Amino acid sequence: MEKMILTVNGTRREIECDPTTPLIYILRDKLGLTGSKLGCAQEQCGSCTILVNGEAVQCCVRAVSDFTADEITTIEGLSKDTIGRVVQEAFIESNAAQCGYCTPGIISSATALLKKSAFPEDHEIRKALDKNLCRCGSHNRVLDAVKKASERLHHGR
Amino acid sequence: MVDNPSLKKNPGLDCWIKLKKPGRISISNGKVDIGQRISTAVALIAAEELSVDPSRIDVECPVTAISPDEGITSGSNSMEESGSAVRFAAATARQELIRLASLALDAPIEALEVNDGLVIACSTNRSITYWDLISDEDSFGVTVDESAPLKPRSEYRFVGKRNTARNMDKIVSGSANFIHDIILPNMLHARPVRPPHYHAKLKEIDKKIEAKLLEEKVKIIRDGSYIAVLAEEEYQAVQAAQRLFNATTWDHGDGLSEEDIFESLHKKSRESLIVVEGVPSEGPLPPLGAPPDNAFRSLKANYDRPYQMHGSIGPSAALAIFEDNKLKIWCHSQGIYLLRAALADGLEMDVEDIIITHTPGAGCYGHNGADDAATDAALIARKVQNRPVLLKWTRDDEHAWEPYGPAMSMMMQASIDSSGKIIDWSQETYSDTHMNRPRPGANRAGPGRLLPLNYLEDALPKPRANPNMGRHAGIHRNLDPLYNLPNKRLVKNLVRDMPLRTSSLRTLGAYANVFAIESFMDELATEAEISPLDFRLKHLTDERGIDVLRSAAGSLYKRDKRPGIGHGIAFAQYKNSKTYAAVGIELEVTDSAEIKLHYAVGAADAGQVVDPDGLSAQLEGGIIQAASWTIYEAVTHDKGGITSRDWDTYPILRFDNVPEIEIKIIDRPEDPFLGAGEATAGPTAAAIANAVFDATGLRPRRIPFTAETLRQIAISE
Repeated sequence: MEKMILTVNGTRREIECDPTTPLIYILRDKLGLTGSKLGCAQEQCGSCTILVNGEAVQCCVRAVSDFTADEITTIEGLSKDTIGRVVQEAFIESNAAQCGYCTPGIISSATALLKKSAFPEDHEIRKALDKNLCRCGSHNRVLDAVKKASERLHHGR
Repeated sequence: MVDNPSLKKNPGLDCWIKLKKPGRISISNGKVDIGQRISTAVALIAAEELSVDPSRIDVECPVTAISPDEGITSGSNSMEESGSAVRFAAATARQELIRLASLALDAPIEALEVNDGLVIACSTNRSITYWDLISDEDSFGVTVDESAPLKPRSEYRFVGKRNTARNMDKIVSGSANFIHDIILPNMLHARPVRPPHYHAKLKEIDKKIEAKLLEEKVKIIRDGSYIAVLAEEEYQAVQAAQRLFNATTWDHGDGLSEEDIFESLHKKSRESLIVVEGVPSEGPLPPLGAPPDNAFRSLKANYDRPYQMHGSIGPSAALAIFEDNKLKIWCHSQGIYLLRAALADGLEMDVEDIIITHTPGAGCYGHNGADDAATDAALIARKVQNRPVLLKWTRDDEHAWEPYGPAMSMMMQASIDSSGKIIDWSQETYSDTHMNRPRPGANRAGPGRLLPLNYLEDALPKPRANPNMGRHAGIHRNLDPLYNLPNKRLVKNLVRDMPLRTSSLRTLGAYANVFAIESFMDELATEAEISPLDFRLKHLTDERGIDVLRSAAGSLYKRDKRPGIGHGIAFAQYKNSKTYAAVGIELEVTDSAEIKLHYAVGAADAGQVVDPDGLSAQLEGGIIQAASWTIYEAVTHDKGGITSRDWDTYPILRFDNVPEIEIKIIDRPEDPFLGAGEATAGPTAAAIANAVFDATGLRPRRIPFTAETLRQIAISE
């Protein structure tokens, strides 16, 4: 057990843990941020995708000690992020989820994309979401929602 | 006269509807929301009949002993059973509330109007709310009246309008609570440690590792070949499970059969039943006759689909606590009452001492590991007592141990006359059982179907599968096409002792049967030199079927088609009684023999539409999931066990190959609503096959249509 300091959703958090623990367990079990999901623990499905310094990162394998110098934003934090909130609202309007298990990861990937690129083309959106699996088949609604969010951010609509 | 099966079982109004202050209405139903938005649809129906805003409605998670028992959430039955039951319940409640209001306001019933739960007497302008008529403690004390007046459709304000799914705001903000997310004080995290394969028996555990784990305060549960670990921290449990597995040795026995699964399906002994009007019957099978004398062409073809998995994105999980001889379980089972009965039998407890609450899991698409995970949690909670146990499967557990959709093989034979009319038709479908939910039966079949109980010291044997004799059920679901076909010979063959564990995967036999029928229709159309649409229409008189086919074909065929692009259509009415669906697919087969999906259209008639966007989502999701099954998916195994153990070894469709999708709904406001969640899957498979043929001249008859499969067909033709 070691003391670790993380910056999560803009807040400094101190935790006692085994430093080799993958970050997802710390977020969910120690910090109560259960929005990010564990789907495969092998970086294959994208359910655990969060933002690390604005980039989409899967956090089910890499150790918590890797992230001590980073700005971590989870789905809970995206509710307070300008771009993240627009993406979330677009997902609501498009009903872009069925069971919703993969959704926090997908929204995180989509937000990271829109932070980098204001007008992603269809193929860029697909590429940005390539690591995120969805089994219910909400893909088209997700693509629509990301496009809607992109338009809204750009045109302020 | 009560027709609705849910009301027959649960006639009292109070088990369906409760008024709760301030201004809330609580609906309890027995069908669980697994992402298909049944709770949204049910809320809209209740709000409409009660004339309240849908935001006043709470749809409760089903709990045994409290919620109405509506059996299993499956078979696209929820709208017809639960939706109709709630409609009658809400109409009865309104009738009762209006009667009470009439007394309270001293006004005739005809003079009363309701606005969002406020009953107003037009003549006097006096009013009273629903919640002042019946308080929290009161009950209606009446039975649901199926003849209670329903709101005229012309006055609908919510039903049939676009809606946001109920929990969407929570889903997008990460605050939707899944079973996986529960954190309770004093809770232990558990993981099962499964054998390397179905038939392996535990020989021993390395004592040194076991002692080390115990020293680290990991608890180990062992009963026969069943092992699980418990720890205070989740990651500790994950690591302990892996370390413990590495410390085990097993008697592997003969392992799993490595014979080709399709050869096994045709070679193994089978129980054959003739299917007439969708119903199997025993008795001599009519022989497969020679083609009639007037046959212009006769065709034979064999279509195959491999084992395929539900593949939930979140592995199965359950929470259990055993206290004061009572077992409380929270899990994502699709049939909590059935599970309770099976667990009571398996654990030798009274049914009343087990309380199961449905808690959302990831989408399950049929009978996945939910019931088994609940059983794991129950077994473990009983051993530790008085502490909540949150048990989760790993990705590897889910991939390797869920009950798969069975491998199936369809043997087709038919003839056409010189006018292109089908004059005889035979289909034989071979498959292991689709029915492995923990239903009660002989020799403790219910608990025998709960995976963990098969591995205990006093193991319950796996029950022998019986053929499902229901109408359009299991293997013979959608075996009987809606087309007018003379001289039909339809046979279901239940093949037992196949190598992998199987149960109900979305659509059961319908996906493979429709794939075969609708591919074969195109093959016959080619022989007849008639277009796929005209050939189908030539054999179809069902007007609703014709309408969806024309609708899908119309949208597909108006698209430009460059060389190398293929168009395919297919059609079915799910279970011959649910939603009518036609699917059109446009795709391209690349130089590297990969299928690139461009466009899909799904045209559907689901009767009266309650939640149009929810209906669309189900039809779209069905197309995408079935496209994934059809192009990518096959569970593989060898002697040592399942080899599809993660998303690399069992790939599914990703964003890069998602087609543009258009959904066209034919609303029939005067007709009953029909279940839609499984309607597009079968037609999608055949439409893809037909489009591949259209693009390349190659006819894929074995799923999945990987580049490798297509290359092999090209070589062999």
